[in-house]
Amino acid sequence: MHIVYPAVVAALLFSIGVYGVLARRNTILVLMSVELMLNAVNLNLVAFDVWLGDRLHSGQVLTLFVIVIAAAEVGVGLAIVLALFRNRKTVDIDHLRDLAEPADDPTPEDETRSAAPHAHVPADAVPALAGVAPLRSPSRSAGTSSAPDASTPVGRGEGQPAEDDSSTPEGQSDEDASSTSEGPSAEDGRHVRRGGGS
Amino acid sequence: MTEAVPSYLSPTGQEIVFLLLGAVAVGSALLVVTTKQLVHAALWLVVAFGALAGCYLVLTAEFVAWVQVLIYVGAVIVLLLFGIMLTRAPVGRSTDLDSGNRVAAAVVALATAGVLVTVVIDGFRTAYAPLTPGAGAASELGASIFSTWVLPFEALSVLLLAALIGAIVLSRTDIRGGASDPADASGVPPPADPVDDPSRTGTSGGSPPDQTGGH
Repeated sequence: MHIVYPAVVAALLFSIGVYGVLARRNTILVLMSVELMLNAVNLNLVAFDVWLGDRLHSGQVLTLFVIVIAAAEVGVGLAIVLALFRNRKTVDIDHLRDLAEPADDPTPEDETRSAAPHAHVPADAVPALAGVAPLRSPSRSAGTSSAPDASTPVGRGEGQPAEDDSSTPEGQSDEDASSTSEGPSAEDGRHVRRGGGS
Repeated sequence: MTEAVPSYLSPTGQEIVFLLLGAVAVGSALLVVTTKQLVHAALWLVVAFGALAGCYLVLTAEFVAWVQVLIYVGAVIVLLLFGIMLTRAPVGRSTDLDSGNRVAAAVVALATAGVLVTVVIDGFRTAYAPLTPGAGAASELGASIFSTWVLPFEALSVLLLAALIGAIVLSRTDIRGGASDPADASGVPPPADPVDDPSRTGTSGGSPPDQTGGH
C-alpha cells in the first residue's frame, strides 16, 4: 500500500471539514465537520502506524484515544448546544454575537466604570448595538432576574451598578465548580456506603 | 521501508479497494457539508464513517475499524441525531444552513487541500508499506494499551468521567444555585433556572421576534 493514498484521502477529508466548519451556520453541522476533521487525523495516524511498523502500536492506540476524546467532545458540545437552545431559541452561529467587538469605541464613561475584566458587558448601551441587545436579554435576565425591564438598553445605560455585572459570572462559575466537585464525591460516598452495607 | 517501491501504474487489489472506499468517504463527506437537509447530513456522515472503517480494515487496523463502527456510527451519530431533534431543527429542506461566508470558506478549504495534497504527494511519494495482516488485532492492541499506554488510558477514563458529569450538569435544568452563594448576600438572585427562561423572555418584551425573525 502506497502511503500517499491514505494521506491524500485524509488531506481531502480535512479540507472538507475545514469548509464545513467555516461555511455552515447550524452548530450541529459544525460539530459534524469537526468530526470529519478528527477522522482525517485518525486515518493519518493509522496509515503512518502501518508504515512505520511501530512495535508499540502508538498510532493505533492514539487513534483509539482520539476516538474516545471525540466522543466526549460531542457529548459536552451537544449539551452546550442544548443549553444554548434553551436560552436563545436558536443554534445559528451567526446570531450568537455576544462576544463580538462593539462597532464604536467605548465611551470613556464605560472605561472608567468598568475596571473589572468584564468591561465589554456594559457596552450594549451604545446605540449602534440596540439591535443586538435583545439577543442578549436572556443571559442578561438570567443575571439580574429581579427586574425584567432591566434588559432594555435604556435601563442598562443609566448607571446600573457595575459590580453586579462583574460579580454574577464569578458567582456562576463558583456555583458550577462546587456542583461539579460535589457530584462525584457524593456519588462515591453513596456507593461506598451501599457496598459496605451489603 | 522505502526500497523497491512498486509502480503506481499497477495497483494491487488492496489499493484499489482502499481508493474506492476513500472515494466513497470523500464524496459522502462533501455531501455532509453541502446538503440542504440537516438529517441527511447526519445520514451521509454514517456513510463517510462506514467507508473510513473500511479503510482502516484495509490498512490492517481491525480493532480500530470496529471501534470506529461502534463509537462513531453507533454512538456519535445517534447523539448528533438527538441533538438535531432536540433543537427542533427543520427536518425538511431548509435554505439557511449555510452562512454568508461560503465563498471565503471554499477558498480557504481549496487552499488547504492544495497545500496539503501537494506537500503529502511530494513528501511521501516513495513511501510504501507492505500490509501484513494481524498487526492491528485486538490482542496486540490490548497488550500494547495495557502495558505501555496504561497511564494515558487511565487519564482518559478520568476525562470521560469529567465529560459525563459536565454533560449532565449542563443539560439538567433543575440545578439551582446554592443558598450559600456569595452573590445572594449582595442582593443578586441566584442564576436563573433555564426552564424559566422562555417565560421570562416572553415577559421582557420584544426579544423573541428579534431572535427568530433573523432567519
